[in-house]
Amino acid sequence: MATKVVMEALSPTMEEGRLVKWNKNEGDQIKSGDVLAEVETDKAVMELVARGDGVLRKRLANEGDASPVGTLLAVIANADENIDSIVGSAAPASTPAPAPAATPAATPAATSATPQTPAQSQGEASTPPQQKAPAGQSAAPARPAPPRPPGPPPAPRGNGASHPGASSAPGARQRSSPLARRLANERGIQLGAVQGTGPGGRIVKRDIENAKATGGGAGRSAAAERLASEGDFKDVPLTQIRKTIARRLTESNGPVPTFFLTAEYDATRGAELRTQLLEMGEQYKVSFNDIVIKAVALALAEHPEVNAHWLGDKIRHFNRIHVAMAVAVEDGLITPVLFDADRMTMWEISAKARELAKKARERKLTPDEYTGATFTVSNLGMFGIDQFTAIINPPEAGILAIGGVEEKPVVVDGQLEVRQRMRVTMSCDHRAVDGATGAKFLQTVKRYIENPLSLII
Amino acid sequence: MAVLTYRDALTQALREELQRDDSVFLMGEEVAQYNGAYKVSKGLLDEFGPMRIVDTPITELGFAGVGVGAAMVGLRPIVEFMTWNFALLALDEVVNAAAKMLYMSGGQYKMPMVFRGPNGAALQLSAQHSQAWESWLAHIPGLKVCTPGTPADAKGLLKSAIRDDNPVVFLEGEMLYNTKGEVPDGEHIVPLGVAELKRTGDHCSVITHGKMALVAMRVADDLAKEGINIDVVDLRTVRPIDVEAISRSVQKTNRAVVLEEGWEICGMGSQVVDFIQRECFDDLDAPVLRVHQEDVPMPYAKNLERAAKPDAGKTIAAIKKVMYLD
Repeated sequence: MATKVVMEALSPTMEEGRLVKWNKNEGDQIKSGDVLAEVETDKAVMELVARGDGVLRKRLANEGDASPVGTLLAVIANADENIDSIVGSAAPASTPAPAPAATPAATPAATSATPQTPAQSQGEASTPPQQKAPAGQSAAPARPAPPRPPGPPPAPRGNGASHPGASSAPGARQRSSPLARRLANERGIQLGAVQGTGPGGRIVKRDIENAKATGGGAGRSAAAERLASEGDFKDVPLTQIRKTIARRLTESNGPVPTFFLTAEYDATRGAELRTQLLEMGEQYKVSFNDIVIKAVALALAEHPEVNAHWLGDKIRHFNRIHVAMAVAVEDGLITPVLFDADRMTMWEISAKARELAKKARERKLTPDEYTGATFTVSNLGMFGIDQFTAIINPPEAGILAIGGVEEKPVVVDGQLEVRQRMRVTMSCDHRAVDGATGAKFLQTVKRYIENPLSLII
Repeated sequence: MAVLTYRDALTQALREELQRDDSVFLMGEEVAQYNGAYKVSKGLLDEFGPMRIVDTPITELGFAGVGVGAAMVGLRPIVEFMTWNFALLALDEVVNAAAKMLYMSGGQYKMPMVFRGPNGAALQLSAQHSQAWESWLAHIPGLKVCTPGTPADAKGLLKSAIRDDNPVVFLEGEMLYNTKGEVPDGEHIVPLGVAELKRTGDHCSVITHGKMALVAMRVADDLAKEGINIDVVDLRTVRPIDVEAISRSVQKTNRAVVLEEGWEICGMGSQVVDFIQRECFDDLDAPVLRVHQEDVPMPYAKNLERAAKPDAGKTIAAIKKVMYLD
C-alpha cells in the first residue's frame, strides 16, 4: 500500500514547515524510519522520517518550499504500484515555490498596503500586484490555486486536527472520524502525521491505535507525558470568585490579565559565593542566572499556586517544578526547560542550562526540550538591563524577569553601604495568581537569593 | 421458564389482565366467536363472556371510536385491528381522539386503552397489506408505541400497555405469532420505554425493534463465528425510545447500524440516528448506516419481495462497512 509523506507537525505550534533538504531521491529504496528530509519548523530544523516501506516514487515539494502541515510532500509505494490518484489529488501542493528566498519579508505583499493575511505570507512572491484584492479582503480568491481556501484564515485547531491548507482540490482535506480526533487529542497524537486507512483516507480509530503502537506520529511527547502523569499535579476547580475575577480582568486587560510585582534583592552574598566557588576551581563556577533558577525552583516548591497553568475551566497546580529559561537566538527566542529543577544541584542546573542554551542557538532543540514548563524565568541582566517586564507564556501563570546585578548605595542598619543589588519583576496571570500570592512567592525567592548557602547545601 | 409461542404469550397476557381488572375488555373483528383472525383471543369468549369479548362489524373507525368513548368513561378497552393496514381507516380516532384527549380536556379524561394487531409484511400479501406503521404512529405526541419481537416481550409489554393510563399502540407481527421463546413464569411485566441488550459485543451496535430483533440476533450469532461480536439493542418500545441504552452501546462500540422493517424516509431509524449523532458524536468512528425496506411499495413477486425486505445479509454488509472491513 502506498504511504503518503506529509508535512508533519513537528512542534506543538507548527503550522507550516520549510523543506530544507531532501535526503532521498526518487527511486531510492525506503525503509520505515529512514530520514527522508530535513524540515525547518518555527522552532528548529527537524528530521522528517518515513512511516512506510517501499520506493520513494515521487517528490512533490522542492527544497526551499514552505508547506502547511498536512501537505503531501512525497509518495512511497511499491515500484509497480499506480500512484496517479494520490499524486493527482495533491497537484496544488506540487506547485514550485517562486524562489528559494521566498520569505514573507521579500514578497511584494510586504510592501503592499494589503494587510498580511496568513494566505498571503506563504511565498506568493510572484503574484502580480494588480491581482491583489482590495485592502481588508483576503487576496486568496483571485489566485488560481490558493494554498488556503478563500475566506478568512482558519482559526488554529489545536493538534492540527484539520489541514485547511493542504490543497484546494476536493477531497484533499484530511478526513478523520470524530472518535479518531478525540483519541488523537487525548493521546497527544498529531493527526497530520497519521496515515488514514478508512474510505478516502479517513483517519479512523485503528489508525490512531496503530500510530500509538508503532510510535508513529509525533506521539505524546515526553514533556506532555511528564506534565500529565498522575499525581504530579492538583487541579483546582474554579470558585465563583475566581471565575468572576477571570472574566472581569480579561475584559479589562486582554486575554491574559497581567499585573507586575517588582522586588529588589541584595545579591552581595550571592556574588561572594560565586567568587568563592570560582576560587575552588572552574568546575564549581556558577552564573547568577543559575543561582536565580535554583532559588526560583525551590520557591516554586513552596508555592504550588504560582507553579501553575491557567486552563480556562480550572487552575492546575503542579507538584513538579519544570523551569523554562528564555534564551535569545538569532531570529527570536526560545524557552528550553530544566525539568525537576528543584531536585537538581546548582552545578547540574549550571551544566544543563549551558547545554540547552547552546542547542538553542544551534537550533537543535527538540520539542521535548522546550515544552512542558510550569514556570519561566527571563534574564536580561547580561545586557545591562536593571529591570524589565516579561510577557507570560500561556498557559503558565507567571514569568519572572531578572535584571542585572549592580552596586548601589543602600541603608543597612542606619548606615549607608554599597551593596550588590538586583531587581526582579514577576508578571502574574491575575486569573490564577493574586497580588498577595505573588508577593509571598517573591519573599521566598528573596530568602533563598539572600541566603545563597541554602541553595547549595 | 415455559417455552411459549408469541401468540400464546399474548393470549396469556390478555387472560391475566382480564382476570385482574374487570374494567378490561377486548373488541374487534372476529375476536369472539372466531377466536380472533390470528387466534390470539382463543378461549377468551368462553371464559369471559360476550360482554367482555366483543365482536364488531367491519367498521374500524366506528369501533375504534367506541373504544375511545369507553376509555373516557373509565373502562380499559383493548381494540384489536385485524391488521394495521386496515387500521388506517381508524387513524382519526387513534390520532385525533385517543392521542389528544388528555391534553385537550385539560387532564380531565385519561385514555387507558390499547390498539393492537399485526404490523409489517408477512409473505406475498403485496403492497397494501405489507406495511410497517411504527414510524407513523411514533410520530404522534400522546401515543406510546410497543414493538415486541419475542414472546417474553410480547407478554410483558402487553400487560404494561393494558395497565398504562395512556393510549398504547401495540404492534405485533403476523410472522411472529408462531415463533417460540422462553417466557418467565408468574407475573411478568416489561416496562414501557426500556430497551434490552439481546446480544453483547464490542465491535458494533445494531439498534432495532420488533420483528427485526430476531434478524439481528441471528446476525449476531453468525458473525460471532467470524469473531465479530455485536451489541443487539432491542428497543422494544419505539415511543418513548430508550436513548440511554442506545448511547451506552454506541459509546462502547463506536459504530452503529440501525435495522428496521419499514421504509427509509422518516423511518424509526432516522430518529435513532439523530439521537446517536447528538449523544455520541465524539464516540463515532464511522457514519451510522441504516438497513430498511427498499423505497418501493412491497412487490408481490416472491423474488422481488425478498429483494425489497431488510434481511440478515444486508445487515451483515452494513456492519462490515461501518467496521471498515469491506
